[in-house]
Amino acid sequence: MTAALIFEQILNGLQSGLALFLMAAGLTLVFGVMGLINLAHGSLYMVGAFCCAWVTQQTGSFWLGLGGGVSGAAAAGALIEMLVIRRLYDRDHLDQVLATFALILIFSEGTRMVFGSMPLYLNIPAALSGSLTLPGVEAYPVYRLFILGAALAVAVLLYILIAKTRLGMRIRAGESDREMIAALGVDIKTLYTIVFALGAAIAGLSGALVGALRSVQVGMGEPVLILAFVTIVIGGIGSIKGALIGSVLIGLVDTLGRIFLPVILKFFMENASANSVGAALSSMLIYLLMAGILAVKPKGLFNAAN
Amino acid sequence: MLSCIAVSAQADIKIGMITTLSGGGSTLGIDVRDGFELALKQAGANDVELLIEDDARKPDVAKKIADKFVQKDKVDILTGIIWSNLAMAVVPAATRKGTLYISTNAGPSALAGKACHENYFNVAWQNDNLHEAMGSHANRAGYKKSFILAPNYPAGTDALKGYKRMYKGELAGELLTKLGQDDYAAEIAQIRASDADSIFFFLPGGMGIAFMKQYAQSGVNVPVMGPAFSFSQDILPAIGDAALGVVNSSQWGKDLEGDVNAKFVQGFTETYGRLPSLYASQGYDAANLILSAMAKADVSNKDAFRAALKEADFASVRGDFKFGNNNHPVQDIYVRKVVKEDGQITNRTVGIAIKDHQDAYASKCRMN
Repeated sequence: MTAALIFEQILNGLQSGLALFLMAAGLTLVFGVMGLINLAHGSLYMVGAFCCAWVTQQTGSFWLGLGGGVSGAAAAGALIEMLVIRRLYDRDHLDQVLATFALILIFSEGTRMVFGSMPLYLNIPAALSGSLTLPGVEAYPVYRLFILGAALAVAVLLYILIAKTRLGMRIRAGESDREMIAALGVDIKTLYTIVFALGAAIAGLSGALVGALRSVQVGMGEPVLILAFVTIVIGGIGSIKGALIGSVLIGLVDTLGRIFLPVILKFFMENASANSVGAALSSMLIYLLMAGILAVKPKGLFNAAN
Repeated sequence: MLSCIAVSAQADIKIGMITTLSGGGSTLGIDVRDGFELALKQAGANDVELLIEDDARKPDVAKKIADKFVQKDKVDILTGIIWSNLAMAVVPAATRKGTLYISTNAGPSALAGKACHENYFNVAWQNDNLHEAMGSHANRAGYKKSFILAPNYPAGTDALKGYKRMYKGELAGELLTKLGQDDYAAEIAQIRASDADSIFFFLPGGMGIAFMKQYAQSGVNVPVMGPAFSFSQDILPAIGDAALGVVNSSQWGKDLEGDVNAKFVQGFTETYGRLPSLYASQGYDAANLILSAMAKADVSNKDAFRAALKEADFASVRGDFKFGNNNHPVQDIYVRKVVKEDGQITNRTVGIAIKDHQDAYASKCRMN
């Protein structure tokens, strides 16, 4: 266990955390502005990955595929907002959970009908494949650095959008008082559609980027969705800053926990049981983290409402 | 007279298939179902009634379907379950109550040893088999330091146990990952930091796709091996060139010699427009096993039908096949290599890993 390895694992944790941020950002944005619990966010992630894989296969260009993934997810987002989601804003959270859960089933079966149940082929573009030597790390995959950069760029762009633009001002106003902003003549319906499509587009970007590294298949969105919910609960629901901090925390705790916990436990018990206890404990670690944070700060680290 | 016609128009045998047709891992269930149906179609078996339901990979759903099949539909035989945890929820109760169960995939160690049952037949393998074969291959290939990893669930720990049972070298490391995990950056970094000369991994479905793609990007060049589940035909196209050259163990390969196998591979490719996986071959063999027993005995005579099943007097796609005392296969297990053939990524058989292999639990089973 050298210092270089520990450094590399911290980098891995940071990278997986930031990949998770892409998913959590849209979820927390939609919840913050519209007060909507959207379980179908994972389906939009899947739509992004499938659109990206399909366009890449047709055109041979990953970059066009990436564009296809983002716009496909944004279009799907705008469409479900106008058809379904719009009717849910005034309902309670249970109705929202029920309706968006139905959307998960519809998206999954629909995708299966169109693409079949076999996983799709989507690989990393040649320009970003291979690995680099970083200070302290012998070889680190270029594509992971690219995801890291893309997630940071999205974080900065979201900050600028919300803090510095007119649209951002309206989003913030809608968050604090939706009736007042409607009374002031802002077209709240269109604003909501735009925000929802924006959240969907980021989910689609995340699906396309991460799909190339993992696997593109029906049902790929649900495990990520659960993690994204944990992230926004830790970070404070509705807060983009909270989502960023929360996702990095989860990435680090999960990665470092699953690697170093068995190693640490080996000082106290024999190898075989250290392995299985370590694996079991590390899969609980992020939930323990969530419980710990909620015990001290019941509304998460950065509550948007305050 | 009328009632006579009604009786003869009824199917001679009723089979309930519980398998995974939706959600994660559905490609396995779909292949089992398609292989099974192909065998019935090729045999022109119109005296078989096949009911199929989707368990969505959930033990409680599988249990509910099994109860419905047995109590309401009164099936003679249950079959089709893919996952060991689902099999454990369904099989012991069903076989104890007198329903026959033919396993097309799952072979948990519990059902092969002390808890073996005369109504339970496994036509695929016991869970440890393919991993044991890879361990024995590693000895022959001269590997001395393997890094091994598998998901933390019963079939995963069985896999590592199976590999270690045969493998004689040291371990460079051992990791249990989360079931359904799809990012392996941290594990690959541990592999790079170790002085491993080989990697053995059991990561079925999407987990294996993710691992191989990320491994190919990592710049680590240690040879990789695994059971067929990590490199089956249903996931190879999604891994792409990153899988080329990898060796894996299987009781079946599409290029094994024999007329039965040729007929199966050709029929499957023509009917479904894709290459069969080992799961499809298991479904196909299960159906042919049942048909062979039907030719010898009536299913209403349970003892005679069981004896006919145990004889395994059918032409298996994998060549020689027989049941051991615990109703699990005694069979050859092959080594395959991932290659590109006519632009398609697939497996080629390159040798035998273990001949006439029987599982390690058979001696604990009191049947003979």
